[in-house]
Amino acid sequence: MTHHPPLLLIATRELDMLTLDDWAARCAQDLGAGARLLTLFGRATADNQVITTALLQDTDGARRVLRGSGARGQFFASLTPQFPAAQMAERELWEQTGLVPRGHPWLKPVRYEGARQQRMHEHVFFAVRGQEVHEVGVGPIHASVIEPGHFRFMCHGEKVHHLEIQLGYQHRGIETQLLRRPALALSPLVESIVGDSSVAYTWGYCAAVEALSSTDVSEGAQAQRGVALEMERIAMHLATLNGLATDIAFLQGGASYGRLRTAIINASMRVCGSRFGRGWLRPGGVRSAIDDALRQDLLATLSAFARDLAQVNTLMLESRSVQSRFQGTGVVSQKAAQDIGLSGTVARASGVAIDTRVGMAGAPYDAHPVALLTQSSGDCWARMKLRMREIDESVRWLQTVLQTAPHAESVTLALAAPLAPDHLCLSIIEGFRGPVIQALETGADGQLVHYKLQDPSLQNWFGLALAVRDNEISDFPICNKSFDLSYCGNDL
Amino acid sequence: MLNSIKVRIAQGSQYIPDPRQASPAGLRGKPVIGTADCASGCDACVNACPTQAITLAPLQIDLGRCVLCGECAPVCPSRKLSFTNDFRLACTTREGLLLSSTKPAPDPVQVSAALHKRFGRSLKLRSVSAGGCNACELEVNALSNVNFDLGRYGIDIVASPRHADGLVLTGPITRNMTAALQLCWDAMPEPKLVIAVGACAISGGLFADSDSIDREFLDRFKPSLYLPGCPTHPLTIVCGILDLLGIPS
Repeated sequence: MTHHPPLLLIATRELDMLTLDDWAARCAQDLGAGARLLTLFGRATADNQVITTALLQDTDGARRVLRGSGARGQFFASLTPQFPAAQMAERELWEQTGLVPRGHPWLKPVRYEGARQQRMHEHVFFAVRGQEVHEVGVGPIHASVIEPGHFRFMCHGEKVHHLEIQLGYQHRGIETQLLRRPALALSPLVESIVGDSSVAYTWGYCAAVEALSSTDVSEGAQAQRGVALEMERIAMHLATLNGLATDIAFLQGGASYGRLRTAIINASMRVCGSRFGRGWLRPGGVRSAIDDALRQDLLATLSAFARDLAQVNTLMLESRSVQSRFQGTGVVSQKAAQDIGLSGTVARASGVAIDTRVGMAGAPYDAHPVALLTQSSGDCWARMKLRMREIDESVRWLQTVLQTAPHAESVTLALAAPLAPDHLCLSIIEGFRGPVIQALETGADGQLVHYKLQDPSLQNWFGLALAVRDNEISDFPICNKSFDLSYCGNDL
Repeated sequence: MLNSIKVRIAQGSQYIPDPRQASPAGLRGKPVIGTADCASGCDACVNACPTQAITLAPLQIDLGRCVLCGECAPVCPSRKLSFTNDFRLACTTREGLLLSSTKPAPDPVQVSAALHKRFGRSLKLRSVSAGGCNACELEVNALSNVNFDLGRYGIDIVASPRHADGLVLTGPITRNMTAALQLCWDAMPEPKLVIAVGACAISGGLFADSDSIDREFLDRFKPSLYLPGCPTHPLTIVCGILDLLGIPS
């Protein structure tokens, strides 16, 4: 019996290889029938060809991979005019492979990689013309301790008409780096793709190499991976709440969330040696298994944590100044969220009921379900409140699983077989921001030929641009913090 | 108001009284190289290391490259490698970060009389992430929380380079950030210093051989303090800076 999170494993030669035009047409047809675009990307081959892959989810939950190929520089009909959710993926496809989505309304580099590195200053920003219209540029370096990115506001007085977000400053070439070492030795690198989501990424990586090598993972190990992920989700939601409280000078909230996060990440460190869950998960299972003493330690930590957190949440939610700043600020409607394909926490805060842990539940969430939580108002308040409720739900889940889940042994790098040649594996793990999608493809010799990453941030940054429209520019920091998206996850 | 005070009392005092005496439970900190002989021809640890931090004959670990992932320890047939929860990894020279069985700790931080005189009572730092993965950034942020409370020593992270005495650098320095990093540095008034936080900033770490980084900035401006880790633990940072400035805790 296999236990694994949501993933798709396909022998690549069983996939129909469509022409580029047919591929785009099939994508459009499926999207028109209501399918959701989970990811879309391309891989350039040595002979100047590009192989494209799209992962779609039908309305009934079934997932399908569409594959096509074309020559570098070839045009195809852009999906974006009809399906705005494809805008970022098509831009990335164009930037990485040279395929051109004809009719894309806003074809510009996602991250200025490859030959475009250090040419970001050539970027022509979207401009709003008119008397009394002015622009404000912020970043790449910001006032707080945060990753770099540039925000260009087009304003009339205090009111933001439009925000253009230009990222790429964090580009480390990580997709190339992932192909430079043996597929089984990638854990430390995978843990650094997005350092605040180490567990989500490592789990997706482990699941993929395990599937590619037909390695079975025990039910206990999968449950303990769930423990690692939920601890990470709690810690990072707390980091967001801390930032939100600090940004509106609700200092008691900031101080309390900060110290509560310390309690959670220090507990993770007692299990695996790292406050960020590094070294916890490895292919084959968990490197740092939770024994009975640690189980009791985690349960005691969570019980004290839950009591203290509830007090601070009540204080925050009942404060008039907090309500005044967050309610009605930075609204993304449910319709807009669906149209632009928002995913994860920020989508749920706009009333879109999607969560990988529920909709495509694999182990351990099939045996131990989590509740699917949403908020309806789509404002900063909704994003704050949803995070509080998700923390409560994670604590409840952890308490159940830690009391009942089976035992796991610590493992050191153990796969049943080499990676299967000519296979494509896509894994999806719901990190604190949303679905982290990783696609690993092997060649004829069983070595990786492609390692494609998609952080939920790639899709969701545009949601922030919509959220600040018609808001005061002074509300940008709280809008940004309420989204809490990743820069390096976008820039790779 | 009364409710707020009640919550304040219930949350309790959370600060670490003396960071130098702290003992973070479970931390995979400083590696220890045992005295056992290596098995003949064995290079298992070198192959397991993702950052080429380990060299053989004699076995040495470069803390500037080490990401403390712990992959080396279980593969060693001689059980020569282990990790402790010692967070005192700071060093004022790059060479001083090299560990061996005969040199089990990095060279002690050299207290600078000049820095003590100038910044011993007040040091303002500007953080720049140049390709950091947000783990070191979160740990630098944690310096200001109620646990580590760096502000009690007169050391603060400030919003503008114009107000800063030093640059806290995280990340391997991506090519796309070189121009902004230089602008930020130029905006800081003299005298100023660089503090390199994390394996990425110190050596390029996991990205040392990436085509997308450019570390030329550090050839021109040598860090005054190296703070190893991946990410660097806040206690490593606090105690490293206190040692550099000769501040009692």
